[in-house]
Amino acid sequence: MTTKEPFERVVSDHGATVLRVCRAVLGAHPDAEDAWSETFLAALRAYPDLPEGANVQAWLVTIAHRKAIDITRARARRPVPVEELPDSSSSLGITSGADHGLWEALGALPDKQRRAVAYHHLGGLPYREVALLLGGTTEAARRAAADGMRTLRAVLTDTPAKGATR
Amino acid sequence: MSAPTDGLDLALDLALDLALGGPGPSALLARTAPGDRALAALHRNLEALADEAGILDVAYTTTGTPVGTLLLAATPTGLVRVAYEREGHDRVLAELAERISLRVLRAPHRLEAAVRQLEEYFAGERTGFDLPLDLTLSRGFRQRVQRHLPQIPYGRTSSYGEVARSVGSPRAVRAVGTACATNPLPVVVPCHRVLRADGGPGGYIGGLDAKTALLELERAA
Repeated sequence: MTTKEPFERVVSDHGATVLRVCRAVLGAHPDAEDAWSETFLAALRAYPDLPEGANVQAWLVTIAHRKAIDITRARARRPVPVEELPDSSSSLGITSGADHGLWEALGALPDKQRRAVAYHHLGGLPYREVALLLGGTTEAARRAAADGMRTLRAVLTDTPAKGATR
Repeated sequence: MSAPTDGLDLALDLALDLALGGPGPSALLARTAPGDRALAALHRNLEALADEAGILDVAYTTTGTPVGTLLLAATPTGLVRVAYEREGHDRVLAELAERISLRVLRAPHRLEAAVRQLEEYFAGERTGFDLPLDLTLSRGFRQRVQRHLPQIPYGRTSSYGEVARSVGSPRAVRAVGTACATNPLPVVVPCHRVLRADGGPGGYIGGLDAKTALLELERAA
């Protein structure tokens, strides 16, 4: 007898977290939405084989990490229009409003810092596991996330946070 | 968000927050929260992708009816479950995950025909259902009874004993009762048309009120 939840529960419990991670890593535009879809499609396929008691969120963040890498590679192979604005190209109209600056700041972070912040602070992965995804030591992952947060703190302080997200 | 984070991580993050002052990780979480609309659009997209990929093993939706909100679930073969609210929809979904597949998604598209036909039925405009059914949730004698039930005409009733005779097991009256009580497709497979021999209503998975409501609807139409 299995105690695993119907997959719908996995989507409703972790959909927002995975989207945060994908947007933080890839920018808040359609690439992030593609990464989200590919993450959950792969997860749906593999879910019956996931061991009972596994940390579902960590599993999803790890899949999202791999899908984001695939998309980054594909993106590198195709020419990017110079005038493309990351915030205006989303089909879902997500990044309107006050948090444009926050996504921009996340996007401007060095790659390691951005991923460390995304996987740890948004995805909830312990630094030990963040280090496995990024390479390097647990300490280095912790430092990268701290450096990233220090930069973001300025933006988080600047823009009024209340009611800015929905 | 219930991300299990190492205790040491938490302590150090907290220390960092305190040392630097100002907004930290929790502000970042709040400010990056996706809107419901974006998530809903992504969910719809996932439903389509899963169906295309052939891994949407159980699709479900809910629909409001005069006998309460019904949960409808379908496999690629057909409608596999109709559940009353009193059965506990979460419990029913867990049962489907266990007995059929963990790949369960809310995906209304596959249930469109079922929803439409139920609406017509409850409007008194439909006397029979024309839907592919997946009877895998019941086996043997129970399934035999459930296959027979649609032959009881709309607006008419039958007794447990009559049904037992019709399926060729005249002494299995009690087993017919069990088959009706465990019908995974109530309303669509009309176990509500089976009554006790003395005319008493007998039990019903949706409760007596629902059984009475369905019988009255059919009598009135």
